[in-house]
Amino acid sequence: MADPLLVIENLHKRFDDLEVLKGVDLTVDAGDVVSIIGSSGSGKTTMLRCVNLLEEFHEGRIVIDGEEIGYTQKGGKRHMLPNSVIARHRALTGMAFQTFNLFPHLTALKNVTLGLIKVRKMKKDEAAEIAQRWLDRVGLLDRQDHHPGQLSGGQQQRVAIARAIAMNPKLMLFDEVTSALDPELVNEVLSVIKDLANDGMTMLIVTHEMQFAFDVSSEVIFMNQGKIGEQGPPSELFNNPKTTRLTEFIQNSSF
Amino acid sequence: MDYRLNFDAVWRDFDLLLSGLGLGLGLAVVSIFLGSFIGLIAAFAMISKNKLWRGIAMTYVTAIRNTPILVLIFFTFFALPQFGVRLGKIESFVFTLTFYAGAYLTEVFRGGLLALPTGLREAGLAIGMTEFRTKLSLTIPVMIRNVLPALSNNFISLFKDTSLAAAIAVPELTFYARQINVNTFRVIESWTVASLMYVFACYFIAAGLRHYERKLAIPG
Amino acid sequence: MDFSLFLNEAWIARGAIWDGFQMTVAISALAIILGTVLGVVVGLALVYGWAPVRLFVRIYVDFVRGTPVFVLVLASFYILSIIGIQLSAFQAGVLAITVFCSTHVGEMIRGALAAIHRGQIEAAKAIGLTFRQTFQSVLMPQALRQILPTWVNAATEMVKASTLLSVIGVAELLLSTQQIISRNFLSLEFYFMAGFIYFVIDFSIERFGRYVERKVAYS
Repeated sequence: MADPLLVIENLHKRFDDLEVLKGVDLTVDAGDVVSIIGSSGSGKTTMLRCVNLLEEFHEGRIVIDGEEIGYTQKGGKRHMLPNSVIARHRALTGMAFQTFNLFPHLTALKNVTLGLIKVRKMKKDEAAEIAQRWLDRVGLLDRQDHHPGQLSGGQQQRVAIARAIAMNPKLMLFDEVTSALDPELVNEVLSVIKDLANDGMTMLIVTHEMQFAFDVSSEVIFMNQGKIGEQGPPSELFNNPKTTRLTEFIQNSSF
Repeated sequence: MDYRLNFDAVWRDFDLLLSGLGLGLGLAVVSIFLGSFIGLIAAFAMISKNKLWRGIAMTYVTAIRNTPILVLIFFTFFALPQFGVRLGKIESFVFTLTFYAGAYLTEVFRGGLLALPTGLREAGLAIGMTEFRTKLSLTIPVMIRNVLPALSNNFISLFKDTSLAAAIAVPELTFYARQINVNTFRVIESWTVASLMYVFACYFIAAGLRHYERKLAIPG
Repeated sequence: MDFSLFLNEAWIARGAIWDGFQMTVAISALAIILGTVLGVVVGLALVYGWAPVRLFVRIYVDFVRGTPVFVLVLASFYILSIIGIQLSAFQAGVLAITVFCSTHVGEMIRGALAAIHRGQIEAAKAIGLTFRQTFQSVLMPQALRQILPTWVNAATEMVKASTLLSVIGVAELLLSTQQIISRNFLSLEFYFMAGFIYFVIDFSIERFGRYVERKVAYS
């Protein structure tokens, strides 16, 4: 049995005085598709952002493919690693954001090749080839020379996903990627994600789309007040919730 | 460098500097006041449907905005007398600054007018007001409240521009600073004090104007 | 106003006019270029500098912006000679306008960088770009595009400020014009000419600016 791809151990995080993550433990194997659900304030987005070090965390460890990321123990004290190392750790994962966050001054193609050229140190042609392959994969090869301002929300999100995946990350992080989209554009993005899941990409997906979570995940995690409330395969979690909190949540989500 | 700071020379003539500052402020106030009338008329002209009015206003604004103010000052003071228009130094400067202010205010007011909801004028007409009355009682008052921040900025700019009056020997702050400098050779002290006076004056004017902006602003 | 007389006199004075024009261009170009470079440094210091640096630069900017540029020119001219830095009137004047320009450009850059949506910085981080790479490829290109129209405006302001150097004896266009007038007394005609030349310079800068804007615009 191969080592797990992602291990989160006793993760704690505070925002000033408010403790938002109160000890999260999670193991994810390669190929797993883990959906994370819960109400706002439950800590699900924060936890995701700790995995790619967009948020600092105060206690605990995160290990990606055997490498502990973000912090190190030196002489009994916990230190944050230098910026160049952090940047490398971030490149181990790919993230797609709720607000897409495409670079408006670059074409779709250049949005995707930027990381390949600057971080993966590829040559322009090599990068362009890979970028085009992924843009094709998300169905937007014909828009490669368009700027984000010329694309619809759904198209922008798909480019954003291509941008993240083209970097060949070990783990993909999706942070409520359809919450900011018009309802009719949601499906085009969800089907891209489903497609990638079927190809074996390891994913952590924070989402409100319950049906989608049910369909695509190998495991679902319900976050409640900074800790994992319940976790298990989708059929278990959605059909047999064990806690009242989860039961209420599912009812209110009109699943 | 063998220079000992000695502010006495400056303090001795501080009242002169202060009077210069006051004059500068006065010049700015008069110019912006008179310039507002010109600016309002030109702004209305620029958004009117009449090509001639638009053309005249546009020429006025473009010409003034692209000409260095010092050229305008010298032109008014030295060249206009050829037309028989002989003005004293201060009047000449106020004349120049007024037209200068007018050109910049035209842009401010034009922007303000364009940003008004069209319904405002129509509401006025609907209750039976004439076009002129509508402008006077509705359009202008509302528009002015909206452009107060831009007006404040322009006023402060204008106040700084009054320093140029010194070029034609009008006794404002810069003129006196230079005089003290030349008479006493207290170079650093005179210019530092003059500079600080401008900086503080601008700061207090800005703060004061912001306070009034808030009081006069349309609530909500 | 006798137009043929004016043309005649203008022709006679053409050398002085041309020299003055060149001087004006030299002053303006130097001040704009140096001022912009310094301004970028100022802007970056205001956004990324560490606290004492930010404070110092902030005071510098506020002090310079609260002072009329005419005072800056005169102060530069008089002070520098006294404290042993031998600068010509030209150099002192250009220095003053450069400083003036730097504060404008600094504020522009600060505003433009601050306005960039945080999400982009996060997206760049998420791909693994270092701060330097993010700055070069994501932040600066956008900031520079943003400030282009304002910068063009500031450039024309510097051209207008070059006239102030006439007061400290630099033979740029305005002073040259005045010297010509003192000989032939055609003040109306020649002030008009000077004004017209400045107008043409400013207009060209604006046109050039709009051309550049179109070239770097996206979509």
